[in-house]
Amino acid sequence: MKVSYYPGCSLHSTGLEYDESTQEVCRILDIELDELSDWNCCGAGSAHCTDEALSIELPVRNLVKAEEAGLDLVIPCAACFNRFKVAEKHIREGKEPTIDTPYQGKVPIKHLLDFLSEEENLKLIKEKIEKPLNGLKVACYYGCLITRPPKVTDAKHHENPQVMDELLSLLGAETSPWSYKTDCCGGSLMLSRPDIVAQLSGKLIQMAEEAGANCIATACPLCQANLDTKQGVISKDLEREIHFPTFYFTELLGLALGYEKADKWFRRHVVDPRDLLKSQSLL
Amino acid sequence: MAHYRQLQRTSIMQSESVIVPDNAWLAEVRNSSGENASLCYQCKTCSTGCPVAFAMDILPHQIIHMIRMGLKDEVLKSASIWLCASCETCTTRCPNDIDVAKIIDDLRMASTKSGLKLGDKRPSVFHKAVLSSIKSTGRLYELGMIGIYMLKSGDAVSNIKSGALLGDAKIGLKLFKSGKLKLFPKRIKGRKEIKKLFKKLKRGEAE
Repeated sequence: MKVSYYPGCSLHSTGLEYDESTQEVCRILDIELDELSDWNCCGAGSAHCTDEALSIELPVRNLVKAEEAGLDLVIPCAACFNRFKVAEKHIREGKEPTIDTPYQGKVPIKHLLDFLSEEENLKLIKEKIEKPLNGLKVACYYGCLITRPPKVTDAKHHENPQVMDELLSLLGAETSPWSYKTDCCGGSLMLSRPDIVAQLSGKLIQMAEEAGANCIATACPLCQANLDTKQGVISKDLEREIHFPTFYFTELLGLALGYEKADKWFRRHVVDPRDLLKSQSLL
Repeated sequence: MAHYRQLQRTSIMQSESVIVPDNAWLAEVRNSSGENASLCYQCKTCSTGCPVAFAMDILPHQIIHMIRMGLKDEVLKSASIWLCASCETCTTRCPNDIDVAKIIDDLRMASTKSGLKLGDKRPSVFHKAVLSSIKSTGRLYELGMIGIYMLKSGDAVSNIKSGALLGDAKIGLKLFKSGKLKLFPKRIKGRKEIKKLFKKLKRGEAE
């Protein structure tokens, strides 16, 4: 199978291991990722509060390329996925401001999590599991933009999504039911209001702990960065040491599919998850 | 709930002076955002679900009401509109299908254009730094963006004073060592196309 792939800026920088684990998982599953040529940043987070036309035109330049390629477009970043879907609806519904583009809104836009959770791919994954993730208790964290707003994302279950829980359960992990799976981590306030991010991300970690999880899995580079890099500040705020590993769901998938060099992804985390994995004989 | 107590304290809402509703701004917002604030019946679902409400000076449902009252400057000067994390919870849950997050985006644009002193300039400086990076290379160059943000927001100085910069630098170094912060930007071939998109921006443009 072959699909178009839009990594987005984060996957080439702070979300490097998300890109690498995605590529590796797809290689194992014989899914060819065809990266859009000369793609540009979609402006997620910032363009939509600066200029509406620009916020549509930036993703549309990439969508034109994807439509030319004629394959399904797979996007791992929740924020990019959301902006692409906004652009899709904007063009399809002929909204103002009018955008002059050959893009017609026809190419299917899929978030990586939804794509890998399609029946056919779940079947492939099930056949190739080499190392079940027994002992991992995961709080599946979906964040905001994969599912919200559903009129944009076409998400079926926006308040209590299940796809990641089902995928990781299939891999042998125990997933913890919790009420915070779609709460906000603070997103792009990371730099400008780190205090707000520490409060929101700190709450998520505390709630994941309370749900009995020993780690969090994400499907968004911003969520992972906020949860992974703010634990020093969160520890100070809570006056106790917090050390709560946050994985990309693709890292756990790669591990379960038997990829042997997964260690290099985990080494890049600020909160090192390797002790947890070793304690469960997963590394 | 702390933010409801705060609601009682908000001076504009408690003001003794009589506010004469002015529909002009309501129509303006409807025209530019495509959203009708009149549909709101003040159920406060937006404010209840808002993750950033605890840090806001005016709550989302109050913003909607103030649009109907014509309290333009008060809203455009508020910190709240810049603290919105664009999580889309309000938009998703509004029983009257008002796209509250879209209205807030619209208010941010109006606030930038207005020339008023912003309630919290840091998020706005951040967005400008991001767009300026995209404009020059076609992709986001984190290290450059962080540099511009730190200088323009004044956070560089205040973070040195508070000692926060040391913690940030430690994490920055870790990210850099693991190859996550690139020293040089990646420039796409289609930079001219991107610059053209930015040219249409008149005000509130990334410098």
